[in-house]
Amino acid sequence: MNLVTYARYELTRTFRNRRFVAFSFGFPLVLYLAIAGPNRHENDLGGTGISAPVYFMTSLAAFGAMNAVLGVGGRIATERSSGWNRLLRLTPLPVRSYFRVKLLTAYATAICTIAVLYVAGAALGVRLGAGNWTQMTVLLLVGLVPFGALGILLGLLLAADTIGPAMGGTTALLALLGGVWFPITGGAMHAVAQALPSYWLVQAARVGLGGHGWGGLGWSVVAIWTVAAALLAARAYRRDVERPTA
Amino acid sequence: MTEKTTNLLAPPPRPERPRGDPASRRDGRAPAAGALAVDLRGLRKTYRSPAGPVEALRGVDLAVERGETVALLGPNGAGKSTTIDLLLGLQPADAGTISVLGRPPEAAISGGRIGVMLQTGGLLRDLTVRELARMMAALYPKPLPVDEVLARAGVAELADRRTERLSGGETQRVRFALALLGDPELLVLDEPTVGMDVDSRRRFWTSVRALAGQGRTTLFATHYLDEADSYADRVVLIARGAVVADGPPTEIKAMVGTRTIRATLPDVPVEELERLPGVLRAERHGDSVVLSCSDSDAAVRALLAAQPDARDLEIRGAGLEEAFLELTADEGSDDR
Repeated sequence: MNLVTYARYELTRTFRNRRFVAFSFGFPLVLYLAIAGPNRHENDLGGTGISAPVYFMTSLAAFGAMNAVLGVGGRIATERSSGWNRLLRLTPLPVRSYFRVKLLTAYATAICTIAVLYVAGAALGVRLGAGNWTQMTVLLLVGLVPFGALGILLGLLLAADTIGPAMGGTTALLALLGGVWFPITGGAMHAVAQALPSYWLVQAARVGLGGHGWGGLGWSVVAIWTVAAALLAARAYRRDVERPTA
Repeated sequence: MTEKTTNLLAPPPRPERPRGDPASRRDGRAPAAGALAVDLRGLRKTYRSPAGPVEALRGVDLAVERGETVALLGPNGAGKSTTIDLLLGLQPADAGTISVLGRPPEAAISGGRIGVMLQTGGLLRDLTVRELARMMAALYPKPLPVDEVLARAGVAELADRRTERLSGGETQRVRFALALLGDPELLVLDEPTVGMDVDSRRRFWTSVRALAGQGRTTLFATHYLDEADSYADRVVLIARGAVVADGPPTEIKAMVGTRTIRATLPDVPVEELERLPGVLRAERHGDSVVLSCSDSDAAVRALLAAQPDARDLEIRGAGLEEAFLELTADEGSDDR
């Protein structure tokens, strides 16, 4: 078995899908330019001490990467609905490898999204040290892990025709409560937000900018979401497999 | 409903064909190389449904020798797909044993020794046919050369076409090519020609014949009698979740494929008509006669040659569905 070849074609087909590419990279980019562009000279957004171009660059990098990784669910749901997954189960491809390759593609799109936002940020005058860029990126990639598990879970639970709206609602809520659109600093909303992986993803993007680190709470929330989603996904997979065809 | 017994369709005793050495088959230590390609025994499967449990399989036995081409023939809902699902390990059986190439289905699959074409299913989009084939070939330990498989499956001219731009028949032939990529010892085709027009079906079977021979074992499900008749060495007739007949195509065809010829033909004794080639039985209804035929073509020719006065000829073929309904009508009415 040559998993490299298999993964290569999986990547090829993902990036060849123009609509997918447009939404994954184009959507966060357009939003960024629309929001951060007019506020490019705002140097202390909402009392955070962070400039608007930096704040929204990190926000939208987190948002775009989150969408890209959750998008794995849509692809799994489609392949389940078309019967492709049944066919794959009749090949020597191990189940784990199937999901690993799916996550690999998800991460590849996420990294491209992040890169696009970084370039746009630099164009709007964002200047950071090499250490900051690296630290921010690494933490973002770690913060994406629970979304990979969540994407797989949703892809196994929902059918191709329902996953679109479900995913749209989920990402909108996660983004809002995670502080993508405006800083969440106090009150009940802050308490709720802290229980969400999207909050920590947005925070992750700011660690390199003098923001607060994850701390024990952040790591716990990310770990708990990852483990819970992975366990539920494993259960959903078994149920999906045992479901009769007709 | 009272239970009548029809001898014709009474489930036959488990066929004790002299296949290999029966003792070694029951012996778990027997070498895999000498094992049957498919050995199913006493398979049972019941589905829950809103209307109550549905017995999809009620004790299916099926043995396929290596190198054989066997058709699983039956009307829709007979249990063909369930049998294949269980055989491939896609669903657990409620009871019975399953052995594929001498091992559990999962082991045969992870070894890349089975090629499967399921009844439904699309192809991955955003790849050309050749790219998809290369992607899938990468999953097998000893894949065949991709371009060779495409050529011999009759889809070479589609190699550079995107999978989402194929017609239904083309998609089926590509799916067949994909099933062959791993150079499988056992090929399983679940109603591969459903939804194809006559021309596509013919082309499809030409591809199967060109590629599936070569010592491979092929098991295919179909509800077309002519497909079973033309392409199988042996036909296993399945109805209402049980094997009701198992034999060479000619035998099965005679059982369910009879056609009748009706003609206006006074004053000819039926005994004379029964001697015509291809005629099994003759009955008289007033001026008309009804001939049940094993070979209606031969019978028509012979009839017209021997009885030039025959008029109002009418040939009717009982569809498989009708034949089964008739043959199994007394077995209960749990329609599926």
